[in-house]
Amino acid sequence: MAEIKNYTLNFGPQHPAAHGVLRLILEMDGEVVQRADPHVGLLHRATEKLAESKPYNQSIGYMDRLDYVSMMCNEHAYVRAIEQLLGIEPPERAQWIRTLFDEITRLMNHLMWLGANGLDLGAMTLFLYCFREREYLLDAYEAVSGARMHATYYRPGGVYRDLPEEMSRLAESRFRKASDVKRMNEWREGSLLDYLEQFMAYQAERIDDYETLVTDNRIWKQRNVGIGAVSPERARQLGFTGPMLRGSGVAWDLRKKQPYAKYREVDFDIPVGVNGDCYDRYLVRIEEMRQSVRICQQCIAWLRKNPGAVMAGNYKVAPPSRKEMKDDMEALIHHFKLFTEGYCVPEGETYAAVEAPKGEFGCYMISDGANKPFRVHLRAPGFAHISSMDEMARGHMLSDVVAIIGTQDIVFGEIDR
Amino acid sequence: MSDFSERNQPLVKRVKETLGDKIGNIREVRKQLIAEIAPADWIESCRLLRDTDGLEFDTMIDLCGVDYLGYGDDEWETAEASGSGFSRGVDHLGPGRFDWESRPEAEAIPNRFAVVVQLLSTRNNLRVRLRCYPDQADLPIVPSIVDVWSSANWYEREAFDLFGIVFEGHPDLRRIMTDYGFIGHPFRKDFPLIGNVTVRYDEDKGRVVYEPTEIEPRVLVPRVIRRDSRYVGDELDKREAPTGG
Repeated sequence: MAEIKNYTLNFGPQHPAAHGVLRLILEMDGEVVQRADPHVGLLHRATEKLAESKPYNQSIGYMDRLDYVSMMCNEHAYVRAIEQLLGIEPPERAQWIRTLFDEITRLMNHLMWLGANGLDLGAMTLFLYCFREREYLLDAYEAVSGARMHATYYRPGGVYRDLPEEMSRLAESRFRKASDVKRMNEWREGSLLDYLEQFMAYQAERIDDYETLVTDNRIWKQRNVGIGAVSPERARQLGFTGPMLRGSGVAWDLRKKQPYAKYREVDFDIPVGVNGDCYDRYLVRIEEMRQSVRICQQCIAWLRKNPGAVMAGNYKVAPPSRKEMKDDMEALIHHFKLFTEGYCVPEGETYAAVEAPKGEFGCYMISDGANKPFRVHLRAPGFAHISSMDEMARGHMLSDVVAIIGTQDIVFGEIDR
Repeated sequence: MSDFSERNQPLVKRVKETLGDKIGNIREVRKQLIAEIAPADWIESCRLLRDTDGLEFDTMIDLCGVDYLGYGDDEWETAEASGSGFSRGVDHLGPGRFDWESRPEAEAIPNRFAVVVQLLSTRNNLRVRLRCYPDQADLPIVPSIVDVWSSANWYEREAFDLFGIVFEGHPDLRRIMTDYGFIGHPFRKDFPLIGNVTVRYDEDKGRVVYEPTEIEPRVLVPRVIRRDSRYVGDELDKREAPTGG
């Protein structure tokens, strides 16, 4: 009888389904995975160490680059940690704006996830649909911060500036026909809130479109149902958070259980899975998109009615306006000190967490009283998720590994940090 | 008990009952609970926190290493200011201002390293932070808690890789973030910010080569600690006048 041996398969780090730079060493018996050993760290940029050598505000931009498909949620955890140490509270309007943009970010993340996961599993159309909608949200990012992705919009004490009264309009060019421009500018006549309101109404219907494409699709179900099932007990043990934990049937969401920003005041539901497989996690994420639309609509309604400050008036952490700076000596000194030296944060330590689209994104910060953090540690949800790869993939077929990587919603920016 | 906020008092009581004399020090910072535990009691305490009714810390959210070398050091107090360069009169060898060759001697200060664990109970909606100081600073060893929470596996590997903290009993303590064959523990405070080696593809040799880093170490903003009225508020008035300042 011929001797049959296990063999080792090197998956990635350049494989398109590896979602970035995952090197996965798979020990295979035929086409069945016996052991999976993910090698991470190929995108390690030592964000935490870099943050220790810079004043607090200069690291906000690094946070965008961690989980680079849910940028503002990362910023939120970081600025919340600073705010807790300083003992300051952002103005109410700023908190509503943060709630709005956290949910916009969640929509963006889930759209990206759905599109990419669909592509991995052979559903090409989904990808095109999702990226079409995601583009509108990137425009909203651009309208508030000037950057499509890496916004640096949240600041300790509030947000960088108020929502714009006017949306930028598109112009006709070699790439855009006049008829297209007219259609695309229709939503951009009014303010950002008008634009978002129209988008949210549109998006609610689009989510139904995605569902008609795949939810009952036979191939989609064959690729997802019963794959990578995790029991609630194991999910807790493995440190799962976010849709990964909820997919296993644990009703745990920081937005409900430990509310921050304005989540206490908005009305929304938490979807929970039953079987804990890839299909349930897909359903959870789809429903989360619907809930995000709901939250956004409530935020838009509140923000319309309640104008006000979006930044704390404390010049120790927030810069004075240009006008004040030029009229007032005191303000000029504050401005100078803030941009050359930054602000000192009282000695202490804190852990601030937000419900990022992928799970609990936390920031553990130690300050020794200096203008730079002594230690910043970032808790990325994906790190705990991918560490369970061996357990989730064992006994599955090679093609299921792709579905499992997809369902974990892996982004290497946050795993490697 | 008055050191704790009202919300935390029942939790403190519960944790004290559960851990008894295993608990070294329990305090509250920014309304968050921190319990210090000695390495000898580390695993047993974790297990108790996980299994005791009313606590049930079922999820280990985060584990990280901390290097306390240089805690509270200020770079600003210098004798003279330079007229050129980026150093702005700072002649300290503070974090980020040295390269691999001139890195400071590692000091074995007591409690230099710490392992910090954030626990979460999804059943009771509680959080607590545990802290463990390994005994020796030159070879910090802490027992591994992989058997208590599976999620500790990779977090401990990360703390080992970046800080050189050894987790005794860990099933697979390999480096995780750094390159294959990396030397040193990069998140220690005596490891240069610019790193020690540069990697590039060599056209002639036809392979990737490692060379010493040639970047100039430079930090633009000096590290300053200010304890004036802006930050300490009323406390400043109660304090005695600082000497030599």
